[in-house]
Amino acid sequence: MPLTVAIIGNPNTGKSTLFNALTGLQARVGNFPGVTVEKKIGRIKGTAEPIDLVDLPGTYSLSPRSLDEMVSVNVLLGRQTDVGKVDAVVCILDASNLERNFYLACQVLDLGLPTVIVLNMFDVATTRGAKIDISALSRKLGVQVVATSAHRKEGLDALKSAIAAAVPNGPGPRPHPFPEAFYAECHQLASKLAELGRSDAPSFLVERALLDVGGYLETEWLAGSDVAERWKTALIEARARLKEAGCRVPAVEAKARYAWAKQTLADVATAPAARAETLSDRVDRVLTHRFAGLLIFAVLMVVVFQAIFSWAQPLMDLCGAGQSAVSGFVASLISPGTLRSLLTDGVVAGVGGVLVFLPQIGMLFLFIALLEDCGYLARAAFLMDKVMSKFGLNGKSFVPLMTSHACAIPGIMATRVIEDRNARLATILVAPLMSCSARLPVYTLFISLFVSDAPLLGLRGARQGLTLFAMYALGIIAAALVAAVLRKTIFHGETPPFVMELPAYKWPSPWIVASRVWDRMMAFVTRAGTLIFAAAIVVWAGSFFPGDHSQEFEKQRFVEQTDVAQADPLKHRAMLEEALAKLNGRIAAQASANELERAEWQQKLAITEGGLAELNAALKPLDDARAEVNHLRASLVEQSFLGHLGHLIEPVVKPLGWDWKIGVGTLLSFPARELVVTNLGIIYGLGQDVDESNQQLWSAIREAKWPDGRPVYGVPVALSIMVFFSLCAQCAATLMTIRRETNSWRWPIVTFSYMTLLAYFAALVTYQVAIRL
Amino acid sequence: MPQTLDKLPEGQAATILDVEGDDAVATRLLEMGLTDGQSIRSLGAAPLGDPLEFEVRGYRLSLRIVEARRVLIRS
Repeated sequence: MPLTVAIIGNPNTGKSTLFNALTGLQARVGNFPGVTVEKKIGRIKGTAEPIDLVDLPGTYSLSPRSLDEMVSVNVLLGRQTDVGKVDAVVCILDASNLERNFYLACQVLDLGLPTVIVLNMFDVATTRGAKIDISALSRKLGVQVVATSAHRKEGLDALKSAIAAAVPNGPGPRPHPFPEAFYAECHQLASKLAELGRSDAPSFLVERALLDVGGYLETEWLAGSDVAERWKTALIEARARLKEAGCRVPAVEAKARYAWAKQTLADVATAPAARAETLSDRVDRVLTHRFAGLLIFAVLMVVVFQAIFSWAQPLMDLCGAGQSAVSGFVASLISPGTLRSLLTDGVVAGVGGVLVFLPQIGMLFLFIALLEDCGYLARAAFLMDKVMSKFGLNGKSFVPLMTSHACAIPGIMATRVIEDRNARLATILVAPLMSCSARLPVYTLFISLFVSDAPLLGLRGARQGLTLFAMYALGIIAAALVAAVLRKTIFHGETPPFVMELPAYKWPSPWIVASRVWDRMMAFVTRAGTLIFAAAIVVWAGSFFPGDHSQEFEKQRFVEQTDVAQADPLKHRAMLEEALAKLNGRIAAQASANELERAEWQQKLAITEGGLAELNAALKPLDDARAEVNHLRASLVEQSFLGHLGHLIEPVVKPLGWDWKIGVGTLLSFPARELVVTNLGIIYGLGQDVDESNQQLWSAIREAKWPDGRPVYGVPVALSIMVFFSLCAQCAATLMTIRRETNSWRWPIVTFSYMTLLAYFAALVTYQVAIRL
Repeated sequence: MPQTLDKLPEGQAATILDVEGDDAVATRLLEMGLTDGQSIRSLGAAPLGDPLEFEVRGYRLSLRIVEARRVLIRS
């Protein structure tokens, strides 16, 4: 049996860096059951006995106000069944900020576990002029104290041997910081608990219950049992007696523990006498300056956004190219049939649908890790808090929401920095409303088709630009409104404190940044990837079965064989088509060319056209077969389960101005919004290699008719489709990421339901208003 | 004359008298070291006027105005 050691510390103390350095990036990552807290367990490298390290969330104190915060306490007390008994605890402190950090250390020592105190960032503290006598501190506390500088990987071996020695050494003495009256009350409460049938509660929990007014142990712990009220009354009476005795709860805890910290540190640590103005302070005067600060922030955000939006594009294209290459390779091995379709349209597309997000996730977390590690992320929250708090969110929601404009998935993953559970969930729920890059093909298609590019106020394309802007604005406004409503309804309750430390700036460590990026990408692939993959397979099956594909496969076989047999004429035709396009372009561009030149071009044109006509005649069987395959596909999709569903929902989408084809296209794009363009291509019998600038798709859309001959599309329908896709939750990857990040199916279901309803009604209003204008 | 922490002018120091209330905000303020008798210095406000920034116990703390209003000080 390996030993289990928990690691805890304040935020910004380098805890995850130490965790990664000790375990070498080999952690098992999951969630604690029933809560949103991430569970990370890793085996410490290079110790004689196997030791498992359990990472606990960064916290300023061990006073649980919610089930999420209770997890750390349960783990440390050995009451978390999926972790088991904890043999020792490592408490990481920021050596340059000892007094504040000692508050948590005092609570940890009160647990009565074998403890190792780590003074991390020791180099920074020493440079600032702090003097700390490690061995004197260790003697005073009665536990081992180790100095480390995790970002330089200094002190790690000493820490490993201290952890190994902690269990045999046994626990140190408890700090005993409170006045006797407090302990007397705890004693009485413990007997009260025994009376109520809970004699198993450790003294730590009794103390916490007494100290945390309205905390988890007062309100939730015994909730539902018939003794809950009596327990609450006992706590209130005990607190009243303590107040009489001059120990007002909760102030008594801070007073007692900070007094203990001061006393403990008195002769062993000296902070620099006067806090000299550091370089960090001078940097901050610029970065949080009224004008310069906001300007620099805006520039930085533009760079981050640009990185995710465009710089990740080549890598995403590479993913797409790789996907087609693998599909092509599979197709070359297996003749057309169900197996091939499953492999290329299901498996390869599913894997590709997961991998395609990695460049954006990697890029965003590269920036977030850099900004976080150098200390700027806290300033970003500081700068934006006022704006975000208007909608019940907080400053830390800004970066996740801003980056969701590129892709909601990294955005949702980035909400981990928001400690407050309600603010974090509200941010996650509205992040998918931001117009991500996957909406662009939809916007582009319908704007280029239906919004005039005639000049507005002398600007060509201004109408199109304004429409695109309106789509982005719609997402932001909807998100702000939904967030405000969420905070008043399902996430109501007291506004969480936005009490935040602004850490000193430092150079980011490449090692920390790299490991953070790697960590997040792996977490996405291993945890959300499987679900996204499963969703792709389900949608493939829904659009493939139960139709009879034998004719399609036979034609497809013919097309592929003929493609090989007629490779040369096909190549020749492509060349001629290109030459023709060039010639036509030249003729159109240079109308003023002289007679002789023009005659020459006309002659060339005639020859090329003649050659093409000949080739077209020779290749006609092939072209016909290809068109037939596309038409067979279109009708097979119509006959599939999802096609039937699309027909069934036609009465529902009709008020939006949609026919069943748009309905099916929308249903089929559940794995990802941008697929609607490809799906419309398939449904209009144009095959599956159609994108938003495909001329055939444009004319298919222009010519689409209702059975009575009216055109399907027009400006109102185009607007209603765009509004729908701007607000809908047609993105399986986002929903699966929400499932993983919140550790519950409830939130993806809530997100999908509210967004679909919102999208539907917004599209309905848009269409109904637009046709009356 | 007691005043509240949100009114402390930039650059000035004061002594904390008390934190009002016993809810999550009060608890968090106490945990961060805002205990009575402790000195605290204002470092100014964020560019948009809220939150505020303080130096206490050798580190830099950011509080919203509504939170700072809960802290009674004597300058």
